[in-house]
Amino acid sequence: MSHHIVEVENLRHVYTDGTAALQGVSFRITHGESVAIVGANGAGKSTLLLHLNGYLAPTSGKVRVGDLPLNKDTLREVRHTVGMIFQDPDDQLFMPTVYDDVAFGPFNLGLPPEEVDERVMEALTTVGVAHLKDKSPHRLSGGEKRRAAIASVLSMKPDILVMDEPSTGLDPMARRQLISLLRAFTHTKIIASHDLDMVLDLCERTIVIHGGEVKADGQTLDIFTNEALLSECHLQKPLSMQGCPVCGKG
Amino acid sequence: MNVDSKFLGLGYLDILSFQDTPVHRLDPRAKVLTTIVFIVAVVSFDKYQVSALLPFAIFPVIMIVRGNLPAAYLMGRLLFVLPFAFFVGMFNPLLDRDILFRVGSAAVSGGWISFFSILLRFVLTVLAALTLIATTGFIGVCTALEMLGLPRVFAVQLLFLYRYLFVLAAEGGRMARARSLRSFGDRGMGVKVFSSLVGHLLLRTIDRAQRIYMAMLSRGFHGEFHFRRPFKMGFPEIAFIFGWSALFILFRVYNLPRLLGGILTGVAP
Repeated sequence: MSHHIVEVENLRHVYTDGTAALQGVSFRITHGESVAIVGANGAGKSTLLLHLNGYLAPTSGKVRVGDLPLNKDTLREVRHTVGMIFQDPDDQLFMPTVYDDVAFGPFNLGLPPEEVDERVMEALTTVGVAHLKDKSPHRLSGGEKRRAAIASVLSMKPDILVMDEPSTGLDPMARRQLISLLRAFTHTKIIASHDLDMVLDLCERTIVIHGGEVKADGQTLDIFTNEALLSECHLQKPLSMQGCPVCGKG
Repeated sequence: MNVDSKFLGLGYLDILSFQDTPVHRLDPRAKVLTTIVFIVAVVSFDKYQVSALLPFAIFPVIMIVRGNLPAAYLMGRLLFVLPFAFFVGMFNPLLDRDILFRVGSAAVSGGWISFFSILLRFVLTVLAALTLIATTGFIGVCTALEMLGLPRVFAVQLLFLYRYLFVLAAEGGRMARARSLRSFGDRGMGVKVFSSLVGHLLLRTIDRAQRIYMAMLSRGFHGEFHFRRPFKMGFPEIAFIFGWSALFILFRVYNLPRLLGGILTGVAP
């Protein structure tokens, strides 16, 4: 299916204050791929993600999602295709209860109430928080909030999942569960993260962004073994690929 | 008492509303309507009325008992807001010195009577509102108001306010803690620092509002909010509304304590 493709062509973005956040980024992500976008703070990751669902408009260059070029007329369709999970679940869970929040997207798609209910329960069950449906988001733990935020996007049945730092603020167990959950998804996944160990677990392909440009794009393992590239882009080998802290052996 | 614990108190009202009692199970609309009738009846008395207000206490008392609410906690909340009523009425005894009646040799002026009347009304109405929220939950109250005809914009505003009150309080609390940890004596605790703190909080709030709007847009928001309305008006609800309302109207029209006093002392009112 061609509508799982994300294509970015020579994307440039200059903020109104003159900061050039992206200076000609190009890549193509195809159906079912799981791609990490890594880079130092301020490298342009978040700016890039915000282009993928049309929240920011390119200064120049093109974004294509599936068969559609991203513009004003296709915005609705594109936002339905691309599910965006934000960094802070508190920003994403704005409705009074978890159920209402997960139902927010499907209602906006104009689905009838019975189908909304079906989708909500399906999404909540998938992420394992169906028992929390009547709770207020402010009563959830960090891990539960993250799961609810993912459910709120899953209920729209997007083809592509875009995530900004999905593992921040989670305890090791919750992080591990999140990784297994994400691995089970068959969607095309685009994950921006500093958590390179998670990237190693989840993404076969990695795009390194530095100073608003693509520095490298390739197999995750190849990139993480290229020490010169990593240190140039303010990154470090994932801990699991570094030597053992006790015996020093890899 | 710091900001944290004050807001935690608010969260406790929320927890109380998750209980399962006959009062909690009622449709929120029934409780909201009845509470509105109650408040209108209580505030519509003339300013010197005290005795006729007393029977109204039965409504919050029964709600507290049947709703399994901790009375001591609610009284604490009440004391917390009581100063407002105190300041509203505190000049009445000074301004209104007409003698209404005498108890033994002590003259009681109209000002004192109206002062007590204000306090009593305040206690009754605030207590009714507190029990309403503790048995219905803020979300239930907002949804009920919306279903009863409150414009949706206001209902949504209230719900957002409630949702982000806790986030804002936590953020403000963290900033206040960060300041007090690096302040020594009076240094660092002045108004100047405070205003910059509040300014930062505002900027953060604007940032967050922008991110929330972003999250809404990316889920297809185009100006319409949809709510679940899992409520049902049945016989218990109708009986609740009409039973209590009839009682409130009775209390409003007849001054029961005076009638009772009249009967007991054998003097016609």
